Amino acid sequence: MLLANFFAPEPMHIPDGFLSVTVSVILWIVSIAVIAYALRRVHEDLGERQVPLMGVLAAAIFAGQMLNFTVAGGTSGHLMGAAIATILLGPWAAILVLTTVVGVQALVFQDGGLLALGANIFNMGVIGVAVSYFVYQTIQRLAGERRWGVFVGGFLAAWASIVIASLAVGLQLALSGTSPANIAIPAMGGVHMLIGIGEGLITVGALALLNATRPDLLKADKERAAGGAAVWVGGLLIALVLAIISPLASSHPDGLEWVAEQKGFLDIARGPVYEIIPDYVFPGISNEAVATIVAGIVGTIIVFAIALVVAYSRRNRASVKN
Amino acid sequence: MHVHFLDPYRPGYSPVHALDARIKLVLTLAFILTAALTPAGAWPVYILLLALALGVEILSELGVGYVLKRAVLAFPFVLAALPVVFTLPGKPLFSLMLGPWALTATQPGVERFVSIALKSWVSVQAAIVLASTTEFPDLLMAMRALRIPRLLVSIFGLMWRYLFVLADEVIRLMRARISRSGEADRADLKPGGSVIWRARITGGMAGSLFLRAFERSDRIYMAMLARGYDGEARSEPLQRLSSASWVTLALGMLLLSSLLVFALLFWA
Repeated sequence: MLLANFFAPEPMHIPDGFLSVTVSVILWIVSIAVIAYALRRVHEDLGERQVPLMGVLAAAIFAGQMLNFTVAGGTSGHLMGAAIATILLGPWAAILVLTTVVGVQALVFQDGGLLALGANIFNMGVIGVAVSYFVYQTIQRLAGERRWGVFVGGFLAAWASIVIASLAVGLQLALSGTSPANIAIPAMGGVHMLIGIGEGLITVGALALLNATRPDLLKADKERAAGGAAVWVGGLLIALVLAIISPLASSHPDGLEWVAEQKGFLDIARGPVYEIIPDYVFPGISNEAVATIVAGIVGTIIVFAIALVVAYSRRNRASVKN
Repeated sequence: MHVHFLDPYRPGYSPVHALDARIKLVLTLAFILTAALTPAGAWPVYILLLALALGVEILSELGVGYVLKRAVLAFPFVLAALPVVFTLPGKPLFSLMLGPWALTATQPGVERFVSIALKSWVSVQAAIVLASTTEFPDLLMAMRALRIPRLLVSIFGLMWRYLFVLADEVIRLMRARISRSGEADRADLKPGGSVIWRARITGGMAGSLFLRAFERSDRIYMAMLARGYDGEARSEPLQRLSSASWVTLALGMLLLSSLLVFALLFWA
């Protein structure tokens, strides 16, 4: 049972054959650039401690993915680990840890492809970590010193990292012509909105234990956060871009073409009886997409503004005290 | 229970086992790239790629059955490509009725879907042969030869060294949970607590796993320092490749590139 779960392929790991060579190569290049920078940053921060700490924590994240809990009817929730790694280690070290985890999964266990490895590192390592960092830091700043920031931030970071990464997977599949955008993106996003809840709950459980036993581990990231402004902005941009592109891509133009085509075939196959369905689904879909995009942008701007105001007021208070 | 058998490496003395890991890694990547670049519908090329994979499996003495059984594990992802059968424009083949929707399969759609499934199937077989015939330290050496930064390779190596230790630790944690809070492995029995409670308990286990990992990494670091570690990842210089290895590499690349040219000439 345990091992069956360990081997179960996850919907997040793209195997070979599903991505076009162009998409694979571009994401390899992006991932390599980010890893190279992360290696330098982590070496500056941790020096010679880097190898044992990263290696053992990568092993812990990998092994921690075996931990699961029964949800219902034979399904179970378990951990991907981007959020917890980011919270405990800071963004750059977390990128290296997840690169190692995803790399070994592909190289040894065929969980995800080798040509697709660049994309998988990008989705789980780069996107997962950047989004986790952005969400967690923002909520931490909003919460100030209060403890709920750790838990709410941890839950939302875990959830958002899973969902945004899954949107990226859907988008890459659509760009490769493997799966139509209007099916792949909503399906990936929808499934992972549920999976993300499990990830969030486990992350909160882990943070609660660490908060009770070693609160210093959770505080440590404040010092590292100083150099993390770029990651924070990166996470914001990734979240924003994917939240905008996904509904757009899933409704225009492929989606429209698809429905139009189906409508055409439908006419041939079934006569005009069912014509009314595509007719009133159209405006619904596009309005929904626009509404989602507007809500996404407005929400992000509000969070951004609040975070800035809070950060400024805290800085002013700090300077008054000094 | 130990999880050493998790390691997919299967010892053996076949020519595939004996081949230098660097050559194996490069040829595996070239094979997967060839499959990825083969256009949809180039059936003869897919059959040749499959024949090549099966040939290497027989040569490796792993047993075709073993590889094919493991290859099934990557199969569920094929579902993600299924909709393409119905969405690509082209000559309609057949229709399915799902309530109010009529799904019409088209010829290019079916071609693309079967091609994706075949690409994925042969690629995963190549990756399985690589992992099953190459020990991890040799894979690390091959990564180093491919100019992957030494620091990253050392992190990979350390992770592999402690993966089994921490996996054992996870198994102990889970055994402790099963013996205390009850876990149903049958779907009709209700396990203890609510879903949220179970998730939080699992989170606590993950938390204590990370704590132990942190503490273990401290001890490892101390032990490394005590043995003269100074942050430099030292390793033996790479061995020179034998001329037989070079010949294998050249022949393999020639075979794969001619397959690719054949595919692109006739189907692109």
